Amino acid sequence: MSRPFTPKVLTANDLIEGDAVWLTPRDEWSRNMADAELLEDEAVAQDRLLFAIAQSDVVVGAYLVDAKASDAGPAPVHFREEFRTRGPSNYPHGKQVGA
Amino acid sequence: MYTYTDFDEKFVRERVAQFRGQVERRLEGALTEDEFKPLRLMNGLYLQLHAYMLRVAIPYGTLNARQMRQLAYLAERWDKGYGHFTTRQNIQYNWPKLKDIPDMLDALADVGMHAIQTSGNTIRNVTADHFAGAAADEIEDPRPIAELLRQWSTDHPEFQFLPRKFKIAVTGSPKDRAVTKAHDIGLRMVRNDAGEPGFEVIVGGGLGRTPMIGKVIRDFLPKAHLLPYCEAIVSVYNLLGRRDNKYKARIKITVAENGLDKIRDLVEARFDELRREFSGFDQDLLKKIEAEFTPPTFRDAQLEGYEAYRAANPAFRSWTDTNLDDHRAPGYAIVSVSIKKHGATPGDASADQMRALAELAERYGHDELRISHEQNVILPHVHKSDLPAVYEGLRAADLATANIGLVSDIIACPGMDYCALATARSIPIAQEIAERFDALKLEHEIGALKIKISGCINACGHHHVGHIGILGLDRAGVENYQITLGGNGTETATVGERAGPGFSAEDIVPAIERLIGAYLHIRNDADETFLMTYRRVGLTPFKAALYPEKEAQNAA
Ligand code: SF4
Repeated sequence: MSRPFTPKVLTANDLIEGDAVWLTPRDEWSRNMADAELLEDEAVAQDRLLFAIAQSDVVVGAYLVDAKASDAGPAPVHFREEFRTRGPSNYPHGKQVGA
Repeated sequence: MYTYTDFDEKFVRERVAQFRGQVERRLEGALTEDEFKPLRLMNGLYLQLHAYMLRVAIPYGTLNARQMRQLAYLAERWDKGYGHFTTRQNIQYNWPKLKDIPDMLDALADVGMHAIQTSGNTIRNVTADHFAGAAADEIEDPRPIAELLRQWSTDHPEFQFLPRKFKIAVTGSPKDRAVTKAHDIGLRMVRNDAGEPGFEVIVGGGLGRTPMIGKVIRDFLPKAHLLPYCEAIVSVYNLLGRRDNKYKARIKITVAENGLDKIRDLVEARFDELRREFSGFDQDLLKKIEAEFTPPTFRDAQLEGYEAYRAANPAFRSWTDTNLDDHRAPGYAIVSVSIKKHGATPGDASADQMRALAELAERYGHDELRISHEQNVILPHVHKSDLPAVYEGLRAADLATANIGLVSDIIACPGMDYCALATARSIPIAQEIAERFDALKLEHEIGALKIKISGCINACGHHHVGHIGILGLDRAGVENYQITLGGNGTETATVGERAGPGFSAEDIVPAIERLIGAYLHIRNDADETFLMTYRRVGLTPFKAALYPEKEAQNAA
């Protein structure tokens, strides 16, 4: 039996800046995970993944990853993805300071 | 020190120009990522968690003041004002933008540096003893050999698509400061019965998923045979190494699966063919290279000033106790500058600090700097009479931490703060351990102790050869830290033993504290280091300290 599908978002790194971006319902890439489209249906998720991979002129390495709904919008489940929304822990660099 | 020939210069410039074109085509959409990725990796450009990362080679860890200043310039102009020195004697920039990379590479070429072969299945930056050319116990400076190997391996057409990456380390001393036994090829200089210098050749060492201590394939190789012999090893590996499974592709697995004897027979047979092809041009080249590594003209000066300053200034005295090593020239010392201030990121230096180091090297250090695999910076040739001035200069740049070889002199890989392959963070653990023992004021009492931390099984932080090794893992979506004990990266190299179940991020620092507390309790006296004690008593008492609840259960 296959495992039940858990909600996901599509994420990648921006081609020029290299930072984390998430695919929004409006086919744009946002630097804020809360703007992401939460994918709750497996077929739709696969379809969106194909779309994301085809966006290789703006993003690199698109992948589907677990996410959960929150009041603000989709939020990370795994700590790695949480770090990607923030930046490193040793300096105030990256998204946590908006750069 | 080696300076680029016209040929080197032209080669590097051409590579930058090519890469500039490739970046433009990528940005225009003419190259896909699948096409571009191998090209960027060939030029040291990775994509990490939050940004691109540029890895710049510092061949055998040697650089001059001008090069160090240029590294500072790159950090300020195109990064966030700092650089990270790695366990492979490279420097990494964590925040460059794709469009700026060609300019960064051009700026590096201006000072004879590049990022070629810092990635991919090629022969990587050849590393060397960071005290090369200075150490009192050295037979010969190993850097001319390292440079010869660099020239031979750079763009070598036969070795651009090896089964896996290939790392070579060289030391000119019987004492191994270059972890040669954890390299694909390790070269340790020794003398034969006739007193001639040559190399003990070690093959098949490596850390990572399957840690292995290298095996001696040749007890004594005359220096003149080095290149054909190394070529024989790499070419045997190139044919025999497995390409079907990434995890079994390193030469350590080739050696383990085929047996050392078979590999030795194949290598010797191939060497026999190759040595005839090496008609002597390599020896001519080596002579030219050796001429570039003539030692500086050491001077004579009075030492009273140094002694007086030392007697009057306890902080300086403490620093000279931990951060100096014996130099071959009378009156000189090797200075290790700690890039491990308590609470700071191991191996990170700011642009200002890099410039201060360049300045000190120029004024007091015969214009030489080294990067150690332990992520510190070395001023290899300082006359003791200049040490007070060097120390004050370092203090002004916040670089005077007196902790070389102590518990806070921790190796830590970038881990999940930067690295896309990581399974957990390593930097914050290093920061917390250093701060904790600084607060306890126990560091000097504990004495020589090497803690090494990796953020995943790839072991860039050398945790297997740490006296205390820490490996960060992902256990069911939570960071978890596994401890190994008794590892050692010197000429008596050993892989550490796993102590037991891992600890959470909150529990790991208290666990290390219990471990070291146990050591202080068990050791015979202050001269018995952690490693010596571990070798004497084994794992059991340390396990009891790490897992007191288990101990209590057993007693009940
Ligand atoms: S050990 Fe793992 S986490 Fe650390 S730098 Fe190497 S690959 Fe990255």
